[in-house]
Amino acid sequence: MQLHTIWFVIVSIFWTGFFVLEGFDFGVGVLHTIVGRTDAERKHALSTIGPWWDGNEVWLIVAGAGMFAAFPGWYATMFSALYLALLLVLIALMARGVSFEFKDKSEDPRWRTTWRWAMTLGCVLIPLLLGTGLGDLLNGLPIDSAHEYTGDFFGLLTPYGLFTGVTLLALCLLHGATFLKLRTTDHVRERARAVARPLGWVAIACVFGWVIWTRSVAGGPDVPQPVEILAVLAVAFAARLAITDHDGFAFASSAVAIAALVGSIFIDLYPNVMISSTSSAYNLTVNNSASGHYALVVMTVVAAIFFPLVLIYQGWSFHVFRARLKSPAPAPQAAPPAGGMPPAPQPAAPPA
Amino acid sequence: MTNDLARWQFATTSIYHFLFVPVTIGLAFLVALLQTAWYRNQQPEYKRVTKFFGTLLLINVAIGVVTGLVQEFEFGMNWSAYSRFVGDVFGGPLAMEGLAAFFLESTFLGLWIFGWDRLPKRVHLACIWLVAAGSMLSAMFILAANSWMQHPVGYVLNHQGQPELNNVWALFTNPTFLWGYVHVILASLVTGSLVMLAISAWYLRKQREVSAFHQTARLSVLVLLPAIMLQMFVGNKLGEIENTYQPVKIAAAEAQWENCKPCSFSAFQVGGGSNDQTPTQVILIPHLLSILATGTWGGAVVGLNQLQREDVKKYGPGNYIPDVFIQYWSMRVMAYLGSLIALLALWGAWLIHKGRLDRSKWFLRAGLGAVVTPFVMNTAGWLLTESGRQPWIVQGLMKTINANSPSVTSTDIWISLISFVLIYLALGAADLVLMLRYARKGLDPEEGGDGVEGSSSPPQPTVPAMSY
Repeated sequence: MQLHTIWFVIVSIFWTGFFVLEGFDFGVGVLHTIVGRTDAERKHALSTIGPWWDGNEVWLIVAGAGMFAAFPGWYATMFSALYLALLLVLIALMARGVSFEFKDKSEDPRWRTTWRWAMTLGCVLIPLLLGTGLGDLLNGLPIDSAHEYTGDFFGLLTPYGLFTGVTLLALCLLHGATFLKLRTTDHVRERARAVARPLGWVAIACVFGWVIWTRSVAGGPDVPQPVEILAVLAVAFAARLAITDHDGFAFASSAVAIAALVGSIFIDLYPNVMISSTSSAYNLTVNNSASGHYALVVMTVVAAIFFPLVLIYQGWSFHVFRARLKSPAPAPQAAPPAGGMPPAPQPAAPPA
Repeated sequence: MTNDLARWQFATTSIYHFLFVPVTIGLAFLVALLQTAWYRNQQPEYKRVTKFFGTLLLINVAIGVVTGLVQEFEFGMNWSAYSRFVGDVFGGPLAMEGLAAFFLESTFLGLWIFGWDRLPKRVHLACIWLVAAGSMLSAMFILAANSWMQHPVGYVLNHQGQPELNNVWALFTNPTFLWGYVHVILASLVTGSLVMLAISAWYLRKQREVSAFHQTARLSVLVLLPAIMLQMFVGNKLGEIENTYQPVKIAAAEAQWENCKPCSFSAFQVGGGSNDQTPTQVILIPHLLSILATGTWGGAVVGLNQLQREDVKKYGPGNYIPDVFIQYWSMRVMAYLGSLIALLALWGAWLIHKGRLDRSKWFLRAGLGAVVTPFVMNTAGWLLTESGRQPWIVQGLMKTINANSPSVTSTDIWISLISFVLIYLALGAADLVLMLRYARKGLDPEEGGDGVEGSSSPPQPTVPAMSY
């Protein structure tokens, strides 16, 4: 395999890994207000991803930086073409990122509501917009002979691109629900199960439609490709298992569904990296957008050393916090439990 | 116009980003030191200050990370022509930064925050050290990339005239990088220790948690003193290096229009913008500029007028002189404030020696006020470095005017500039409110006594009632 093909695979792996890992973060970010009805429950729902979301986000950074290093032309064209869309993604990432740190730092209900909304909207927008961007790579954007984008922001909102974004959002929501079910107990887990049922149907419909649409967009054979069939099967399994007690299998299935969907975008793209709707002669390919041989060799060595290390310590971090989190007791009734005494006042600490 | 806007947008976001980065790097190191102390002496007080400064660290990391993400994307968004042209060389260190540093930092930060009761103490301590190492590594890669823009090395021009990497080792042995990196790490230690000193001073002035914050005040002075002393030396050395590779930058920093030998240093000047070659210079110190720029008593400094003539000959017509006003004053702001901080550190060290660090009213007042200086110095340092590179985006290879994204319009950049300014103001306000609230809230009373009444009294057995 040539080096630029290897790097195309590496970049695809980063994008795929990003959606598999951050997918459940986004799902949890949106669903935390649904499975959690009190502040304690919402906090609990978000704490299921607490130790990991930040490390998961790095997959996106590395996907972008890997494109910059290995395919400067692709990075330059895609990031400048998606200018306003990426601006929104950045704003959403900021809103999501700081609300983790800020939300619990004040008791003020307005402060909490603000950050709750920042979290929810951020987690909706990111997969929606990035999904749209990935769909556009395959669908084609107006790109001229200098590899410059010639459209505007609304030119990015192609029907296929948007549908790819919606499909990824639906998968992230389902993925978040299977993750919450895996990580929580009692009534919070039951709410995750309840919300997984409709989400499962939506995700199945989206993925099914997406595969058919992709067959006509990507060209090539009319029959679905193996990875696309895998995506459909996995999402069906995920939806079915999500309402059973096989939490681990349900989560694994939703992970496979996202991976297969994102992966199939890149499989359909290759050897192109961005399609030009102006003329196929202007397509960006792994050849015409790649770095030189020496730079690719260096980056391959670096990736060969550090990527396995990253997988090991990130895997270890997942292992350390693998235990299911005990969900807080349901919201107490207004009156104290029958026969119970009002809670004893905590003895005040002696003045030191 | 679009180009200027792109520059404004990038400058705004990167200056803002770098308000938080040095705090993160410096505090991560200091928190790791505190936790190491706790690991060794097992005194609950140390655990409490570790957690206290750890919380302040986290609030800053949150903003540092999200604003860093903006930087990572902006190269492609704002500067696609640049990215396309230099990605072969410049993209590498950025990808290495992500792979080797960001993953490390963020994964182990998660392990550290949530691992207090989950991990063995020794492993948990290793986590914060890995966070500190990750933050310093990330600075290393990004500075290697930045130094390449100042002094391009390790590349050949291919048949299309584009730089292609041919020696990755050269990127990391670039003299501009080596000295620049040490300079940034020391600046971060100065920043972190001044933040810690200010908070400790605030508590000591209020007579709250005296014993705990006396310890952190001592620690901050002990880190600050060697850092700032080394920094004066390293900053000076970096000036010499830049004078070798980017003579215009240093000549502009001294507003030196004509050749001189030996050269004197002006402490202040009135006037002296890019169009004023005869400012009124106040307090001239003979030979000092020769020493600063060349390291010799009578060294020659080539003036801007001659450098301009040489550059025109080499690169064709154009203006090769950066904004002299920015250069001149950012250099002086750094040097003068740095000297003041050095005096403060010496004063603190003397008070430690006398055992009066926690009681010197004037020192504590000065320590509290000094907290603004590192942010001013850090910003001035980057202005000196980046504005001094103009009109080049990569010295001698590509001009900034040719580097922005052709497909991005002024409107796009206005939208992003305004959005970022508004969001950053909001984030900054929220950060400040939180920092102040947490800094004032005091130590977590979970273990041990409050230690208000004395420095050496053993922790009192407390009623385990304050748990909540």
